[in-house]
Amino acid sequence: MSILVIAELRESELKSATFSVIAAAKVLGEVAGCGFDILAAGAGGAAVADQLKGYGAGTVYFSEGAEVADYTAEAHGALAKALVGDKGYKYVMAAATTTGKDLMPRLAGLLDEAMISDVIGCEKGDGGVVYLRPMYAGNAIAKVVLSGNVDLMTVRETAFDPAQDEGSASGVEQFDADLGELKARFIEFRLTKSDRPSLTEASVIISAGRGVKDAEGIALVEKLADQLGAAMGASRAVVDEGLVPNDLQVGQTGKIVAPDLYIACGISGAIQHVAGMKDSKVIVAINKDEEAPIFEVADYGLVADFAKAGAELLEKIK
Amino acid sequence: MKILVPVRRVPNPDVKVRLMKDGSGIDTEGVNFLLNPFDEFAIEQAAQIVESSEGEVVLVSVGGADCEETLRAGLAVGGTRGWLVETDATLDSADVATLLAAVYKEESPDLVIAGKQSVDTDNNQAAQMLAAKLGLPQACFAYKVELGDGKATVEREIDGGLEVKEVDLPAVITADLRLNQPRYAALPQIMKAKRKEIKKSSPAELGVELASRTKVLGLIEPEARAAGQIVGSVDELVEKLKNEAKVL
Repeated sequence: MSILVIAELRESELKSATFSVIAAAKVLGEVAGCGFDILAAGAGGAAVADQLKGYGAGTVYFSEGAEVADYTAEAHGALAKALVGDKGYKYVMAAATTTGKDLMPRLAGLLDEAMISDVIGCEKGDGGVVYLRPMYAGNAIAKVVLSGNVDLMTVRETAFDPAQDEGSASGVEQFDADLGELKARFIEFRLTKSDRPSLTEASVIISAGRGVKDAEGIALVEKLADQLGAAMGASRAVVDEGLVPNDLQVGQTGKIVAPDLYIACGISGAIQHVAGMKDSKVIVAINKDEEAPIFEVADYGLVADFAKAGAELLEKIK
Repeated sequence: MKILVPVRRVPNPDVKVRLMKDGSGIDTEGVNFLLNPFDEFAIEQAAQIVESSEGEVVLVSVGGADCEETLRAGLAVGGTRGWLVETDATLDSADVATLLAAVYKEESPDLVIAGKQSVDTDNNQAAQMLAAKLGLPQACFAYKVELGDGKATVEREIDGGLEVKEVDLPAVITADLRLNQPRYAALPQIMKAKRKEIKKSSPAELGVELASRTKVLGLIEPEARAAGQIVGSVDELVEKLKNEAKVL
């Protein structure tokens, strides 16, 4: 009885969200009284497995054949199913990234199990582990139990501080399996090129909302972001208007972030946006409408038009 | 082409939910329910595909009798006919996927298009589970869908950009925000939707026994943030961020 952590790789690199999942596995391991293994599948899997052997896992499995070289839910799901079947894991977890959200329900379907999305914590219950997860755009925290044979879950990255290399020496083993007919092919990534840090890794985020108005306003937010070394985010309204790409969207249906400093520019604070940023350590809101709900979650609010206040802020922090 | 589109009834996502005092659920008194916003993108995509060739868009909803209203809303914006799998049981995504798989087997569609997640539970699970249960490929969080000869090329919204994936048909696709611009329901369409066929079945009639392996023990309020302060100027803001919050 133990835990399987599914690492996330893209283009031979380990995604940092994996360290939060390892941290979550350690918390769950304390509650459930068991250890954990890791599966690193994808091109460069062996190197990533080597990179992960100091994090306290029993065994780090890797697979890097042609079928799993690039991620597809079909291939990686079939591989994970084979490993779970082989080793009899009681718990399987991955990050609640777009990849984890794609993969884990498929794995649950393959195993004929239920699963829990966006786990933020767990505790010991009467019959097993009780998981905590947000629902209704973060306006409720649900306590949930699963009664199947395997507890599958995605883990919210921001709820667990990344695990550190503790100098352990996990075993590293290759694991391959017959994946059957896949019916799906990865074609290519079209990654958004940016010199700024990514939203989920940045310690400072500056986000644009409808009050930023236009391309000129967006350019000002970008300048502020560069001056602060910050990632840029946006509300759904700005994404819908086509002013920024969708992967900058912060909110219930976009990225969930929790930086040290979150600056909301011209963002009204709709429920679905607040769901994505309310766990930030310090929140600043600049909005000309003093009734805007964003001020209810802000530590520091400035009632002002963004075009003017943003330009002044840029001068003051230079 | 026959396209199956699962639709869900959700509490209005723009209204902040209130929890029942005993934490047993949300207080639905006075809350209006809508078609899940992501499902509108799915219906629109299916409708556009069917309009440019031929075929039908079959909407299926799983839940209580009220879901008929949700189906009618979908039938007014592109659905051809509906199917309600009626049950008052508390369902998890695995149950929903099992029921949808049973409907899929009856309908044998060429494609399934679903919304990427329902905005109440935020599970983002049922479509992927459905694909797995049926042995179909999946293309989640679609930004663009192009249908070719027996296959679909889908651009997917992923962390950091877009991914292009090709899947053999039939497949399960889930819709993300930028896939299309859903149409508004025009009055004649709303009137027409009232007369469209909605088939009703129970889980038992579909031969499904619900497993219900997910149990919500209760809901609690998230920790509220401490009250903040309003600053009078950009100078004051910068000063406080530097010296009080120490984040600059």
